[in-house]
Amino acid sequence: MELNLPFLSILIWAPILGGIWVLYAGDRQEQTVKVLSLSVSVIVFLVSVLAWFSFNTGTHAMQFVELTSWIETFNINYHLGVDGISLPLILLTTFTTVLVIISAWEVIETRVSQYMAAFLILEGLMNGVFAALDAMLFYFFWEAMLIPMFLIIGVWGGPRRVYATIKFFLYTFLGSIFMLVALLYLYSQAGSFNILDLHNQPLSLLAQQLIFIAFLLAFAVKIPMWPVHTWLPDAHVEAPTGGSVILAAIMLKMGGYGFLRFSLPIAPDASQALDSFMIVLSLIAIVYIGFVALVQNDMKKLIAYSSISHMGFVTLGFFIGFSTWAATGNTDAAVMGLEGGMMQMISHGFISGALFLCVGVLYDRLHSREISDYGGVANTMPQFAAFMMLFAMANSGLPGTSGFVGEFLVILSAFQASFWIAFLAALTLILGAAYTLWMYKRVIFGDVANQNVAELTDINGREKFILIVLAAVVLLFGIWPAPLFEVMHPTFEHLFEHITQSKLPG
Amino acid sequence: MFEDMKSIYLTIVLAPLIGSVIAGLFGRAIGRSGAHWVTIIGVGVSAILSLVAYKHIVFDGGEIFNGTIFTWLTTASYSFEIGFLIDHLSVSMMVVVSFVSWMIHIYTIGYMHDDPGYQRFFSYISLFTFAMLMLVMSNNFLQLFFGWEAVGLVSYLLIGFWFKRESAIFANLKAFLVNRVGDFGFLLGIAAVLMYFNTLDYAEVFRMAPDLAGTTVQIIDGQEWLLMTVICICLFIGAMGKSAQVPLHVWLPDSMEGPTPISALIHAATMVTAGIFMVARMSPLYEFSETALSFILVIGALTAFFMGLLGLVQNDIKRVIAYSTLSQLGYMTVALGASAYAAAIFHLVTHAFFKALLFLAAGSVIIAMHHEQDMRKMGGLYRYMPITWFTCLIGSLALIGFPLTSGFFSKDAIIEAVHHSTLPGANLAYWAVLSGVFVTALYSFRLFFLTFHGKERIDRETWSHLHESPGVVTVPLLVLAVPSLIIGGFLIGPMLFGDYFRDAIYVAPAHDVLGAIGEGYHGIWSFTLHAFQTPAVYLALAGVVTAWLLYIKFPQVPDIIARRFSLIHRILLNKYGFDDFNQAVFAGGTRGIGNLLWRIGDVRVIDGVLVNGTARAVRRVSAIMRQVQSGYLYDYAFAMIIGLLILLAVFVHQILF
Repeated sequence: MELNLPFLSILIWAPILGGIWVLYAGDRQEQTVKVLSLSVSVIVFLVSVLAWFSFNTGTHAMQFVELTSWIETFNINYHLGVDGISLPLILLTTFTTVLVIISAWEVIETRVSQYMAAFLILEGLMNGVFAALDAMLFYFFWEAMLIPMFLIIGVWGGPRRVYATIKFFLYTFLGSIFMLVALLYLYSQAGSFNILDLHNQPLSLLAQQLIFIAFLLAFAVKIPMWPVHTWLPDAHVEAPTGGSVILAAIMLKMGGYGFLRFSLPIAPDASQALDSFMIVLSLIAIVYIGFVALVQNDMKKLIAYSSISHMGFVTLGFFIGFSTWAATGNTDAAVMGLEGGMMQMISHGFISGALFLCVGVLYDRLHSREISDYGGVANTMPQFAAFMMLFAMANSGLPGTSGFVGEFLVILSAFQASFWIAFLAALTLILGAAYTLWMYKRVIFGDVANQNVAELTDINGREKFILIVLAAVVLLFGIWPAPLFEVMHPTFEHLFEHITQSKLPG
Repeated sequence: MFEDMKSIYLTIVLAPLIGSVIAGLFGRAIGRSGAHWVTIIGVGVSAILSLVAYKHIVFDGGEIFNGTIFTWLTTASYSFEIGFLIDHLSVSMMVVVSFVSWMIHIYTIGYMHDDPGYQRFFSYISLFTFAMLMLVMSNNFLQLFFGWEAVGLVSYLLIGFWFKRESAIFANLKAFLVNRVGDFGFLLGIAAVLMYFNTLDYAEVFRMAPDLAGTTVQIIDGQEWLLMTVICICLFIGAMGKSAQVPLHVWLPDSMEGPTPISALIHAATMVTAGIFMVARMSPLYEFSETALSFILVIGALTAFFMGLLGLVQNDIKRVIAYSTLSQLGYMTVALGASAYAAAIFHLVTHAFFKALLFLAAGSVIIAMHHEQDMRKMGGLYRYMPITWFTCLIGSLALIGFPLTSGFFSKDAIIEAVHHSTLPGANLAYWAVLSGVFVTALYSFRLFFLTFHGKERIDRETWSHLHESPGVVTVPLLVLAVPSLIIGGFLIGPMLFGDYFRDAIYVAPAHDVLGAIGEGYHGIWSFTLHAFQTPAVYLALAGVVTAWLLYIKFPQVPDIIARRFSLIHRILLNKYGFDDFNQAVFAGGTRGIGNLLWRIGDVRVIDGVLVNGTARAVRRVSAIMRQVQSGYLYDYAFAMIIGLLILLAVFVHQILF
């Protein structure tokens, strides 16, 4: 299919303009606002699906490229394009936004239009992050994105929302400032903000290492990696359900995307030099955070910690490649690790999104996230229990669900680098099942724990629709992940080829 | 023909899946009878087509099928596929799985008659049948792992089927986690296979195995291990979880919290034998590692003997059978260790029938006793339940290896095989399985006598309703009694000493114990006569007599023995302390570590010192500099950002100019 639409501009600006329209419509026509927001998000999603099918899987080159000069003095351009890394993430964004808007339907009662508008604008900005090929444009979207998220938590959040928003804002802002410095330095060297030019810019090892660390501060906070992860549980706990879903499903992926788009290709020698450092941090995330998740009493905190632990597989998959390659002399296993990390990002988007929605379903009814306030929910909400079982199993990495695919590939790849790295990573099989299913047992199984649980009503049609869609996707990518890999593969093969070539000058 | 067979194989796995999905998603619409019809037809189709496949492969010498169904994913040069390998080994397993499952579906109509989760139950057991068939029919390690985990999932769902019971939901979580410990090893084994063979396809891996037999790897510095040993032990750890071998056996007795049909189907006949099947399937790898084989021998021997002993002190009728299952799985494992893979599969098949029979008979008793499972409250039931009594007797005789029953042939073959084995550990294993025969007979007939004979200890209320179970329960019992009696005699010749498995099982000439026994094999009658010259038969009879003396003739004696040897009795009652140990060390330990890392690591150090500490420091500096101390977080934030901007300016200045 050959369509000459400016896909990426539509994906960025349609939701932003839609959001402004929704704001303009205001709260007087609440129903219209909801329908309008839903229509915008659905149309945007359909456009992204169209882009998916127009995408040429035979090349690693950027596609749907748009290039217009923006600030000529500094050679900053409005430069967009996608490859096998960014396209799946854009689809994840447009898909999740539709679900988030449906999930808010009856739940959000105050400032509905502003809530909807915030998510639509956020969607456009996030698409911008994934589509930008100009570093300044990227930075613009990257920072701008914080504002709607900040508002979502700050306005519709829980009782400690102020502490959480400040912590969230400071952490991420702190990280991105260093990224800005690195980008400015790169501009001074390359004379361009074109990310693809930066990929080819030779740099000394010291410069690469400093740049790598500057990027690391930005991306490690976002993804988040141990030990800069403590903002995430607080942000999740205070965020409204929709905020948590977007945060977990997409915003965390920005960190992973940053590693793929910036750290690895711009500073490949530094990445290689510092890979064991990254591997250690990833393993700490997987094991240490797994233990921490086990003892949480708050469901959202538990899922937040589980997210951090799962993100450990993303960074492990991204940085294990150098050792795998060194140990076997074979690039295939390294590419497998990278693609496994990418798959983990996509899958985690669905699963953690679904789990946060599940907690949202319970929270809407009982206004509590404490595990101990529940027990025996299966008696009164059998359909809900069945869905949550599926997502809990997916979170434990059960084969046949998308949660298995990424972890499996990363473990296979890590094994080729070192038995012990794979050994530690594979502990997630036990820990992941332990914290997820133990929570499930205490919340869902058992006899009816109290009067509140006895009065619960099962999910309504709207909630069921969201969970069915997510369940279908989780199963689809678990049973047949091949199409996704077809889209990703050329890009990752090229990426690994690129990062194994030294960029040291002379 | 080839294409036709492929669609038959696809139908075999998909029919139960479709039944399961219909019963699960539309249970309310199709009602209770709709749910059991749709699943029974689904599994019935599977069972009949499995027989067709069996005839095609085994009797007609049809072509072995090894083909891909679809490509799961491709990354670089690795291609992961879903496909079937239908040979003599898998087709035998398919028949056992689908046939036993079919009987249990029918039996369930009676057993779960009044249960509100009727449709859900049928959906689960059909899903289990699908997963188990995928496991045995796989032609690669990936799909094996899919099936492996999927049967674990269904087992989890079914143990916790009565999710209101605290004991049931404790047991299912325990089962899943212990199995995950096994799967952890299993996954590492698969990773090792991929690394060294660059494929997960069985046929390719087995073809390359001899070339890699001498490869060594270093996992701990300075320690050279055979690659095959590492792979085989990792994979076997998975088998120890699934097939409940010491020390990963702890979940199986607790799994009896699930409904009885499940204990029969999953926790006796099929799922728990997945580990045995897997090792037999991997024989072309195991044959290259004597270390792994010895390890298997020892683990199996420990399980066979010590788990049998525990059956002696249990009073719950299902738990006795559960410990018996553990012990019998130990026998199979011992056979694997002795390279008598065919004997292990042979015992797996006979055990599937007679153990399913025993569980279903116990279930029939439990229905009649209104869900009372304590044997101390039974006795004399033979008067009220003649069919159950009779079929249970057949099952017990097969279990203890009474001459000419199916269990006799399979168990004797294992004992003989171990006797011939020269691997390290074989001697220990021989004594374990031999003395195990006495223990088996003792606990089996203890159960039989306590339940069906002796004084009636039933309470009046139950007694007044006591009657034989309905046809849907007794017919499966009778149907299963037939193979329990005769299948051994039919199978022993071809399966152990003939060329039954063809290339599906590989045994190195030096390990070929069955071959050695086969030289002296002249049909089942001479085999039986020969058995009378070995101790096993007499040990079994001694066990029965002892049971009779202790539980019929002198019923006061067991208590005296228990008091006299109270230490041993207590050790047995505590199941050697495995549960307490796991509870304290693993369950308690992980929670302790979790709390420590969270409260100290995250809350105190990272948030307390680093994050809020930075904020405090900035606050203090700003307070001094600006003489402002508003107490608002916004101000600290602002101060922090200002500080960062200064840092940034300095940094940029240095780099750019």
